[in-house]
Amino acid sequence: MLVELLLAVTFIGGVAVLLAPDEFAPRLGFGWSLLPLLVSLYMFLTFDAANNALLDGGDLAFETTAQWFALGEQYALQYHVGLDGISMPLVVLTTVLTPAAMLSAWTPIDDRKSQFYGLMLFMEASLLGVFVALDFFLWFVFWEFVLVPMYFLIAIWGGPRRKYAAIKFFVYTNIASLVMFVGFVALVFATPGSTFDLPVVAQAITDGAVGPLVGVDAATVKSIAFLLMFAGFAVKVPVVPFHTWLPDAHVEAPTPVSVMLAGVLLKMGTYALLRFNFTMLADVAAANASLIAAFAVVSVLYGAMLALAQQDLKRIVAYSSISSMGYVILGLVAYTVHGVGGATFQMISHGLLSGLLFMCVGVIYNTTHTRMVGDLSGLADRMPVTVGVFVAAAFGYMGLPLMSGFAAEFLVFAGAFGSETLPAAPLYTAVAMFGIVIVAGYLLYAMQRTLFGPFEVDTDYDVVPAATHDAAPLVVLILLVVVLGSFPDLFYGMIQDASQPVVALLGGGA
Amino acid sequence: MAIEAPALGPQLVMGLTALLILVVDTVAPTSDRSTLLAAVSAIGAAGSAGIAGWYLLAGSGQGPGGPITQFGGALVVDGLSLFFAVIVGSVTALVLVASAEYIADQDHIAEYYGLVLLAATGMSLMGAANSLATVFVSLELASLPSYVLVAYLKHNRGSVEAGLKYFLIGALSSAIFAYGISLVYAVTGSLSLPAIADAVATTDLVGTLGVGVVMIIAGVGFKTASVPFHFWAPEAYEGAPAPISAFLSSASKAAGFAIAFRVFTVGLPLEGLPAGVDWTVAFVALSVVTMTLGNLAAATQENVKRMLAYSSIGHAGYVLIGLASLAEGSPIALGASMMHLFVYGFMNTGAFLFVALAEHWGIGRTFEDYNGLAREAPVACLAMTVFMFSLAGLPVGAGFLSKYVLFAGAVEAGLAWLALVAAANSALSLFYYSRVVKAMWIEEPDTPITITSRPTGLYTAVVVAAVVTVGLLAAFSPVSTEAIEAASALLG
Repeated sequence: MLVELLLAVTFIGGVAVLLAPDEFAPRLGFGWSLLPLLVSLYMFLTFDAANNALLDGGDLAFETTAQWFALGEQYALQYHVGLDGISMPLVVLTTVLTPAAMLSAWTPIDDRKSQFYGLMLFMEASLLGVFVALDFFLWFVFWEFVLVPMYFLIAIWGGPRRKYAAIKFFVYTNIASLVMFVGFVALVFATPGSTFDLPVVAQAITDGAVGPLVGVDAATVKSIAFLLMFAGFAVKVPVVPFHTWLPDAHVEAPTPVSVMLAGVLLKMGTYALLRFNFTMLADVAAANASLIAAFAVVSVLYGAMLALAQQDLKRIVAYSSISSMGYVILGLVAYTVHGVGGATFQMISHGLLSGLLFMCVGVIYNTTHTRMVGDLSGLADRMPVTVGVFVAAAFGYMGLPLMSGFAAEFLVFAGAFGSETLPAAPLYTAVAMFGIVIVAGYLLYAMQRTLFGPFEVDTDYDVVPAATHDAAPLVVLILLVVVLGSFPDLFYGMIQDASQPVVALLGGGA
Repeated sequence: MAIEAPALGPQLVMGLTALLILVVDTVAPTSDRSTLLAAVSAIGAAGSAGIAGWYLLAGSGQGPGGPITQFGGALVVDGLSLFFAVIVGSVTALVLVASAEYIADQDHIAEYYGLVLLAATGMSLMGAANSLATVFVSLELASLPSYVLVAYLKHNRGSVEAGLKYFLIGALSSAIFAYGISLVYAVTGSLSLPAIADAVATTDLVGTLGVGVVMIIAGVGFKTASVPFHFWAPEAYEGAPAPISAFLSSASKAAGFAIAFRVFTVGLPLEGLPAGVDWTVAFVALSVVTMTLGNLAAATQENVKRMLAYSSIGHAGYVLIGLASLAEGSPIALGASMMHLFVYGFMNTGAFLFVALAEHWGIGRTFEDYNGLAREAPVACLAMTVFMFSLAGLPVGAGFLSKYVLFAGAVEAGLAWLALVAAANSALSLFYYSRVVKAMWIEEPDTPITITSRPTGLYTAVVVAAVVTVGLLAAFSPVSTEAIEAASALLG
């Protein structure tokens, strides 16, 4: 019942905050968002799942199944939730980032507050739903519902071009979901069985039960389904060239929303890729490994180069996400335990780090009212805590040892290097590693110009140190990054446990 | 399980309430007449829906004994007829509740309620009609009051023009439909649908039969506002009083589909038809052009009511997938069409009733006129947001489930390309539906809106429709089960 409690607490919180008067909403919203955090930490401590949720031998934690509705006698749709070693860390990530994002909203959000914090909680509830749901239609409900609060959050509280950015995000990701839906449903109908339950479907597909669908042979059905699903999820990740919605959405979104967007929403895409494409259709993924790895490497390098070309701090961080998500894809397609596990670990690490970078940029913007690199110089003296965290987070992003970024990228590279599925794996890995150099380039360059040197700000505002409620989430998150970097086994143990069966599908080793 | 109650109870209640309205009218006091008449007629319509729902869940006419036949097989009571009686009854009740304030200042109030109920009786009977004769009679019973109702605001040029247009095109299409019936009769020598099915299997008059089938498709296309028989719909929906637009675009459309489902599965089943009369091809084509044209036109509108009119054409295109996907004989797509019509009955009715509310407030008809409305009327705007997003296929309402089950049904029938066309349309529809939401919640008004009244009836209807739309998301089971069972029974 803990999963239900988690979802219910978050959702009811959203309703309660929505109805609260504006002056209480920030404190109530933040306070309430600590409740799902407590529940998820308790779940983390009592977590007892083994293996992968979708595959044989998967032993789920906090599982619940109930009948939802049926399509005649042919298909039964269920309410089915549960957690394994891949989804548990993502649930914790979501519940950690939400309170931090809420707190970072206290300063910038000064209009329609109760609606803002209520929508944030609705978004958290649906994000949690995506990670816990194990029946396709239920999962799809949460997956699509995420768009609704996100649309409002960008369109109401965003920057000057917020309406354009919101509708672009909305329609772009919606059409991606529709394409993915058609692909997956075709796969289910081609597989004998009477359910959309993901573990059952995944098991049947990996057992080779896919048959022809209305005259189209099984191999073609699988390839087409893989293609449609990959295209759909690639938009969410985003993989180059499906990334054009992301910079618009990020730049226009208010800081707390960017935190959630980069921190958790992008992980929906990689999580779904892992669950659907790379678990259910491992053979198709392996057959097209070179192509997928090429997409990954292009995302890494092109995203990094785009970041290099930006003058807006927020755009720099936004494009860097495209680059980091490329590593996740590379790790997944490697089909080694460290590759798949490292990719999952990178989702968590990147969630914390990019959320942190967005919050730092947000805090700087709150006081200087500019994000342009050229307008800022020498902030270090005036905002010591913020700048300190910013520098630390940037180094974490570049992969400084003892920070989570190092552990994640090291695992991905180690896993990808030893891949037997991917032809010429060392070559792809080496090229992708070059992305780190570019990351270091743009982050160091931006920091050197904005944070150090003589103090100068081209706007007429007093630059003052961040308020406590702005600095506190920064400090907490950077501590988490260090803890996770120093003790990756906090998550990596369960991640490895759940990744192993995926790798075993292709007979891969560590 | 047999119930010793009149099998045609839902239709009887609806028709008798129409007569009761005439009695009440003669004895009712002159003050608050609209409220009293609305209450009586809404209770009748809700009763009709309730009885139909009770029969449906109790399994009347759905057991191993087959459908309950009445009047020598001219009318049947089975899953399909009861399912559509529930849709028609609920939509009618919502529309009647909402009409109380909307028409309170008009003349001929009792006639309004009586005509709505008579039209609803016709629509309810359309679901039960099992012979081309009863199909035609019930269709006319539904149509004739509708023409009058569209032109009900007789001092409003738009309303009168819409009524005339609707009547002229309606009369023409009735003529075509009747001609089609006569051709099918000429080939088969029977008007009863099961007898037609027996006769077509052995006929050699394939050409005549084909022309007849095409004409019947045209008649159905008119009633369901499918392209290319849709020209009346935007004008009629825009000119008519908004509750009548809601009534026609939800109940009348559903009833038109009920006829199509029964005539084509029972009377002209695919397996018995001579080669060359494969009507699924026609429905595939109709579905594609209807959804694409409807959505493209809706995306270019500036007037909310007209946008909803075109969106309702787009949804007819989705529902046609159910008939287009019958080649494989699976009930999922057909059942999903019925589910979609059910949910549509609430979300689309609610959306038009919100427009009625806006008209009642006198705040204009374009998207811009709705700017900032949410600050003044958050509850109604929240309901409208639910309708818009549910129509667009986002999971704030059950429109999400019915739409995606429908797409899944198309995939199952091997029409994945059709599902992708529908998906592209659905994404496009998100663009124009969200314009309404954006106007209400995000834009600032040019001139401050002041809302002076909170009409109870309209508010009640809008909120109830929203609650049902959302509630069905969790409690979808009865709808999906009954729809699939009804579809399976039709396909035998």
